[in-house]
Amino acid sequence: MRKFLLSATVLTIFVVYALHTNLENESAAPIVIKPNMIIPSSTPTDTPVATLGPTPSNTFSTPVPVSTPQGRYRDGTYTGAVADAFYGNVQVQVTISGGNITDVQFLQYPNDRSTSVFINSQATPLLRQEAIQAQSAQVDGVSGATATSGAFIQSLQSALQQAS
Amino acid sequence: MTKKIEIVMGMPITVVITDNLQPSTINPFEKVFAYFREVDEKYSPFKETSEVAKLNRGEKVSNEMKFILSLSQDLRNLTDGYFDIKRPDGKIDPSGIVKGWAILNAAKILKNLAVKNFYIDAGGDVQTSGKNAEGKKWRLGIRNPFNKKENIKVVCLSGEGIATSGTYERGQHIYDPVGKKNEINDIVSLTVIGPNVFEADKFATPAFAMGKRGIEFIEKMPGLEGYMIDKEGIATMTSGFSKYAID
Repeated sequence: MRKFLLSATVLTIFVVYALHTNLENESAAPIVIKPNMIIPSSTPTDTPVATLGPTPSNTFSTPVPVSTPQGRYRDGTYTGAVADAFYGNVQVQVTISGGNITDVQFLQYPNDRSTSVFINSQATPLLRQEAIQAQSAQVDGVSGATATSGAFIQSLQSALQQAS
Repeated sequence: MTKKIEIVMGMPITVVITDNLQPSTINPFEKVFAYFREVDEKYSPFKETSEVAKLNRGEKVSNEMKFILSLSQDLRNLTDGYFDIKRPDGKIDPSGIVKGWAILNAAKILKNLAVKNFYIDAGGDVQTSGKNAEGKKWRLGIRNPFNKKENIKVVCLSGEGIATSGTYERGQHIYDPVGKKNEINDIVSLTVIGPNVFEADKFATPAFAMGKRGIEFIEKMPGLEGYMIDKEGIATMTSGFSKYAID
């Protein structure tokens, strides 16, 4: 009985600690965009994502994109339903680890694209920066932004609502 | 070299072919533009008879529409919700994924007609194949977001696709939809190079919407390279980007 009480106590302390940690993490979430909030040009937690030096490791260890530091998913491997597609069937298996998507396997895929997309958790790369400069070299064509449909703006809105 | 431009799906579509075309064969330009017009009929959210309109009326849709929906769902998962074809009013608009998919299909049409050297540009998203008129890789400029008449980078591609998402055409088109005055303005342009235009295009828009973190997202994705320009005119590129660029 004493042993039981002891283990129950330890367990309770652990659970309380875990909840506390979780809450702390949530309150420390880097603010990206939340409803009814002006986007600050620079929030205290908004470290530059790429500089000419080592990037702070927290910018890369956080899930992509970040609105809360801990993932919103439960750990495990989930197999999606088979979707009837024009060129065949599509079926996806997703692996969640630490609350984040770490692997997406296409169990069935109808076309010639890659069969596995692995979102790795490699060390922070150093992304090079430069000031933009006009180029006079002759080109065959140009890549530039066109207006995406108004629907994108609306779909972004719904995504951000869900992310907040 | 032959070049044709048509306005379809509300944007200029340019097809350039550098192969020597035999006059007797099927006109590849006609085939490609007919395909884009067909896509417009099927997937325009503005056409009553389109698959998209049917979907939103709860009517039965084609297997191809279902396939596009499954692609959209995959992309939504991969981008943690930053790509979503569902609008707040509950309606579905897959135009964000259909464009790149259609360009890639148009490229397949040309390849099936034994056309090897071409590029297809639909509103600034480009699929390349083979070589240009000089027998070299295609040279594509990245437009200056602060001056539309200028390029700020030139990349050489042969088989890859390139897509740019940004705020500079027809005004600020991506903004914080909640606080309407606050555009997502820390970056102004994000160009993505991928194994094909579909891969490049489908990630360019959601990565752009992620703000400065978008370039990290591109860095993490295998097979993608990116060039991001912020409002100060500073560009940040992924570690493998320079292999495409001319300095």
